[in-house]
Amino acid sequence: MPCVADWLNNPFSIVQGIFAQNVPNSDWEKKVTDYFKEKLKENNATNWVPSLNDVPVHYLKPNSLVKFRCMVQDMFDPEFYMGIYETVDPNTNARVLHFGKYRDVAECGPQQEIDLNSSQTVTLERQTFYCVPVPGESAWVKEISKTKGKPHGSSQARVSPSTSYTPSRHKRSYEEDEDMDLHPSKQKEQHMGSGGDIHGCVEPKRLETEASAGHHLISPNCSPPLDLNFPLPGEKGPACLVKVYESWDSFKVNDVLEVYGILSVDPVLSIVNSEESCAVPFPVDSSALDPMDCMDTAEEQRVHSPPASLVPRIHVILAQKLQHINPLLPACLNEEESKTFVSNFMSELSPVRAELLGFLTHALLGDSLAAEYLILHLISTVYARRDVLPLGKFTVNLSGCPRNSIFTEHLYRIIQQLVPASYRLQMTIENMNQSRFIPHKDYTANRLVSGVLQLASNTSLVVDETQLEQGQLDTTGIHNVTALGNLITWQKVDYDFNYHQMEFPCNINVLVTSEGRSLLPSDCQVHLQPQIIPPNMEEYMNSLLTAVLPSVLNKFRIYLSLLRLLDYSISEDVTKAVEEDFVEMRKNDPESVTADDLHRTLLVARFLSLSAGQTTLSRERWLRAKQLEALRKARLQQQKCVNGNEL
Amino acid sequence: MSSPASTPSRRRGKRGRGSNPPTPQDARSPPSQKRRTEDSTSTGDLQPMPTSPPADVQSPSGPDALFSSPPQFRHPAIPLDFDISSPLTYGTPSSRVEGTPRSGVRGTPVRQRPDLGSVRKARQVDLHSDGLAEDAVATEQSLGQKLVIWGTDVNVASCKEKFQRFLQRFIDPIAKEDEDIGLDLNEPRYMQRLEEINMVGEPFLNINCDHLRSFDENLYRQLICYPQEVIPTFDMAANEIFFDRYPDSILEHQIQVRPYNALKTRNMRSLNPEDIDQLITISGMVIRSSQLIPEMQEAFFKCQVCAFTTRVEIDRGRIAEPSVCKNCNTTHSMALIHNRSMFSDKQMIKLQESPEDMPAGQTPHTVALFAHNDLVDKVQPGDRVNVTGIYRAVPIRVNPRVSSVKSVYKTHIDVIHYRKTDSKRLHGVDEETEKKMFTEERVEILKELSKKKDVYERLSLALAPSIYEHEDIKKASKILYFSCKGILLQLFGGSRKDFTHTGRGNFRAEINILLCGDPGTSKSQLLQYVYNLVPRGQYTSGKGSSAVGLTAYVMKDPETRQLVLQTGALVLSDNGICCIDEFDKMNESTRSVLHEVMEQQTLSIAKAGIICQLNARTSILAAANPIESQWNPKKTTIENIQLPHTLLSRFDLIFLMLDPRDEAYDRRLARHLVSLYYQSEEEMEEEYMDMAVLKDYIAYARSHVNPRLSEEASQALIEAYVDMRKIGSGRGMVSAYPRQLESLIRLAEAHAKVRFSEKVETIDVEEAKRLHREALKQSATDPRTGIVDISILTTGMSTTARKRKEELAQALRKLIQSKGKTPSLKYQQLFDDLRAQSDTAVTKEMFEEALRALADDDFLTVTGKTVRLL
Repeated sequence: MPCVADWLNNPFSIVQGIFAQNVPNSDWEKKVTDYFKEKLKENNATNWVPSLNDVPVHYLKPNSLVKFRCMVQDMFDPEFYMGIYETVDPNTNARVLHFGKYRDVAECGPQQEIDLNSSQTVTLERQTFYCVPVPGESAWVKEISKTKGKPHGSSQARVSPSTSYTPSRHKRSYEEDEDMDLHPSKQKEQHMGSGGDIHGCVEPKRLETEASAGHHLISPNCSPPLDLNFPLPGEKGPACLVKVYESWDSFKVNDVLEVYGILSVDPVLSIVNSEESCAVPFPVDSSALDPMDCMDTAEEQRVHSPPASLVPRIHVILAQKLQHINPLLPACLNEEESKTFVSNFMSELSPVRAELLGFLTHALLGDSLAAEYLILHLISTVYARRDVLPLGKFTVNLSGCPRNSIFTEHLYRIIQQLVPASYRLQMTIENMNQSRFIPHKDYTANRLVSGVLQLASNTSLVVDETQLEQGQLDTTGIHNVTALGNLITWQKVDYDFNYHQMEFPCNINVLVTSEGRSLLPSDCQVHLQPQIIPPNMEEYMNSLLTAVLPSVLNKFRIYLSLLRLLDYSISEDVTKAVEEDFVEMRKNDPESVTADDLHRTLLVARFLSLSAGQTTLSRERWLRAKQLEALRKARLQQQKCVNGNEL
Repeated sequence: MSSPASTPSRRRGKRGRGSNPPTPQDARSPPSQKRRTEDSTSTGDLQPMPTSPPADVQSPSGPDALFSSPPQFRHPAIPLDFDISSPLTYGTPSSRVEGTPRSGVRGTPVRQRPDLGSVRKARQVDLHSDGLAEDAVATEQSLGQKLVIWGTDVNVASCKEKFQRFLQRFIDPIAKEDEDIGLDLNEPRYMQRLEEINMVGEPFLNINCDHLRSFDENLYRQLICYPQEVIPTFDMAANEIFFDRYPDSILEHQIQVRPYNALKTRNMRSLNPEDIDQLITISGMVIRSSQLIPEMQEAFFKCQVCAFTTRVEIDRGRIAEPSVCKNCNTTHSMALIHNRSMFSDKQMIKLQESPEDMPAGQTPHTVALFAHNDLVDKVQPGDRVNVTGIYRAVPIRVNPRVSSVKSVYKTHIDVIHYRKTDSKRLHGVDEETEKKMFTEERVEILKELSKKKDVYERLSLALAPSIYEHEDIKKASKILYFSCKGILLQLFGGSRKDFTHTGRGNFRAEINILLCGDPGTSKSQLLQYVYNLVPRGQYTSGKGSSAVGLTAYVMKDPETRQLVLQTGALVLSDNGICCIDEFDKMNESTRSVLHEVMEQQTLSIAKAGIICQLNARTSILAAANPIESQWNPKKTTIENIQLPHTLLSRFDLIFLMLDPRDEAYDRRLARHLVSLYYQSEEEMEEEYMDMAVLKDYIAYARSHVNPRLSEEASQALIEAYVDMRKIGSGRGMVSAYPRQLESLIRLAEAHAKVRFSEKVETIDVEEAKRLHREALKQSATDPRTGIVDISILTTGMSTTARKRKEELAQALRKLIQSKGKTPSLKYQQLFDDLRAQSDTAVTKEMFEEALRALADDDFLTVTGKTVRLL
């Protein structure tokens, strides 16, 4: 497929072609994006594009088309670049027009010079985003999106790595072998860390060996390792400077994007770095007295133009915001073909729900009510904001968890298997006092230093309060707890900009596991009532996971991701009924029924309907929601009594 | 950077070359001038072009068409001249004459303007000639009016003339007095400024571009588009006028014109490639400033062989090293002599866009600024500034030795003028920025709204849409309805009054409100809403805040090891509203801080050697829950929330938000909540608009309306106060204190503000009274008697309760006296006797209190279980 290879391997030739044909019209840019849009629409073409998420940078050919699934962590200042420039050959005086789009360095031949004063020069603007892989992305998401393109025959469909890497073909198959090997031991991998990333675990070793094999990785004099600024500790993966050329205003911090663009790892970019950082105060000879030398601090240089081998640049041709990162679902649900997918899945919804409920009941030690609430929690999402009030958040506080047992850890592992992105926050005094939750602006380096709470939408955050011991929180600790509380109550994080704070709305599902009632606020407290106490918790949980068929697991995954995206409404007569109901309840028991209760019951009803695939509230669901609430409350009451007796 | 190229000095330098010595000015400043004539390396590249203005070929004594400055020999004395080659004079540009003759304006040296950058290219071309340079030069005398600076449409002569006319004639028709203290508004404004310069000796003339635009649209456009060329022309013009009028004035250097307020203040985000090299004004916050950087303006070279010296000016950031000595023709013999070279001060500053300009969900943009000479160190990190300057873009060379260029430009702004936007905050609300927020149409809309009869109702109903439906709020909950009104008035605030000169200090203009009541009555939501509504709001929770978090704390800076003052929520919400949730859960020491803030509106700090008083003119909106989680209607407010009465009395309005427990209310609440769960996004958008209007309305009223009491209103207030006092006096109690009168005044003023009225009228007083009464009715009703009793709030105990205590003590005394002359009594016995005697239930506490009261009267003492008479 020479054509494919062309637009994949050498997109510049395509751009150059279009540019040459259409200049001096300005619509060549549009034609370029249209061309690539068309190309990518062709049968599964998106799968052929190598992804930075799976393939290490040094396997990718510079200036080839790549894709990257990422979260916008920071936005740098817009930069002006030479959209069109002219080169002059001093000998022949021949003038040639070039385009500067999708490039970091203005290209010119050995005999040519760039005419900076040319009247043909067009200055354009582009925006740089600092992007990191989606924080807390589950291993299965990576795994599945990686294998997605393979059925097409790995060697052809995949872009062959750049020619300078002759051994890479061998390596590729080796890598696949590795993946195979790893598969059974997946569970074990999971043990190792909260972010349990199979790929990441293997990569450092390989990186090291490759680096020593001698190509432009980290220059030896680059002493402190570059902080890639991932929100969560222990994350791995490439960070990327994504250069966006159009409608960058529509992107926001923490948006999850999938970008298709031209990879640029020009070593020249790294040279710039080292030269500028060692600029002398004023040059002794008459050479350049560049006013720019003193402009940025060394830190800023490091952050804003890191070595391209560590932080590659992607010049975006196409970028789209992702509604979700679940690779099992079609990326966009509004298209025709995805509609059939949705309707197919909806038809077999109730068995899936039943199975999931059973699975979670086992995971919650036989407590089916807690399992019910967990499902509701997992499909909750902030669907709107009313002034300051976020609607649709459903923070569950799972109290009564056995203390100091590995239960919470395993529960998290199960959730991790179900949702595309998650993070387990161990709420220890040490953790609260030492880790940085709130992102803050570092003005010397001019960047937003990330924090644990900088998460993409619909990330599951499991706060483990059973780990909490008595102790003293210091200032950071208090700030962190406050931030966590704000996140739960208002679904927003106030980023610290030193001179002021800025509010960033977020949409994070928080599940708090605790022994007693949590010190954090929550929408709904469910007290766990274990029916079975397995003698060996670890074994029990592990067997639970291995017992589930991968295909069933995938159905669970689709179920949870899909239901979040459904619309929902309440009809006029149900509204009436609910109203009546509320008035009635208040009449009977004005003390204990408040507006908050109505809020919560409405939420439960909403998610209950959605979890059954219904997009409107029916009378039965409403009653069922009330019933669930009553059960839950009775349990809490019971718990209170028990505690009272103990006192 | 040889900005003077377009100022007279530079041109004259060239003229010196062109017409050759001896000319009068050469006789005047020989050393520098000679050097200049020999210096052709730096200007050589320009020679083929029609480099010089027409005046160049003329004798300076002739009528100088372009620089209508008087010929130099009119002022033959040059008091400031000195030997340039003296090693003592290197370095500071202002002290050096930089080889330029003093044009016409006496001995005042011209100072380079690095902020304007390199203007060497400011060549003039004749629009009508066929581009033949020689022709243009030859016929320039006649074509003088048609000559423009190359690349622009600026004609120096006409530009200068126009600007002079502007300076001499411009009278600001809409001048505000506060802006120009000491200026006569009917006299040409900038002539007075020049006079000021003459007196003060600060050679900078700030020009408001808005004025220029209203005077001459075209000139303004030229200034915006070609600042690099036009500003030097302005300099010339200003200097000529100045030295014409004040020939004896001695300035440090020539006057520099500093335009500001170019166009509308641009948002940093809207900067785009079209703005390059234009004059822009942007606002933002300084986040970082660099050290002072000496930037070479002119390099001094000396030949190692023959000691011949030459000077090379910086050109577009570069110094062209002479490769051949012109004297002895030795190649590569010229060496740079550092301390004879000339440097100017420069500073790099990072400006970040102000938080208000930022779209939600994005991070702020920054832009680099270069400040030069005396603008260095004018701003500190944290300052909010409006910067006027020229936007620049410079290509980055990857490597000086390699021809490839990074395809990105570095951008920065050369600062011409700073205007701190928050400096005024020290003496009041920041008018400059807030005024700018409103376009005329917006103001029209707001004014239109203010004329509506029911504006007050409407706004107060708009306050909390997420809690209740608009129409319903009134019917649903009277308390909530009044609370919203109260909060609305709080948002507007009273008028600020200053009685410092009479020794009474400032009167508080801010209104403090306390909401207390049952949990789940949306108090927190109301707070959160208010916090989002006002620009300088702070939201804290009583549980989470400590005294230092609220006030200020002293911290050791880890880098400098200096003590720095970090301000807390109260200081940060100066001129705003501080919302404190869970007020009751605040600990004692934290609450005590509020005493000062809530009345004096200041915060005093004496800590670690720092003693200071900070302004905290903040309104406090607090929410408190009752101690028993549910409001106990049998208890007073104080008993319910357990807050000290000293603090409570500082709240202007206290609202009880009780759960009404009635069916209609429940029904409405239910309907509203259900609607929340299926309403579409668009409907919500619409309501969001309401919030925006409300926001603007409040901001406008706060900054523009400052009502004063009218005669009738004062009368009404007095009456209201007297009435309030009267109510109590009938029952032998005090029912109002001056504090209540002050509250009434504030509320009335705020209500007038709502109407955009400059006068407080009787209707305002009526409303204030009504609101105040409603609030009192709820919070200060004695649960035992059902009478509104202000002393519950002011002394913590209702008058009846106090009376009852006294009665009991008297009864006890009688009881003891009736027992005859026994020296001591049994405690329990006495208690039983008292209980038997009295017809109401007497608790042990009451009995003990009565005993204590008698003990205070020295009637008896209590020791253990016996009561001893004295």
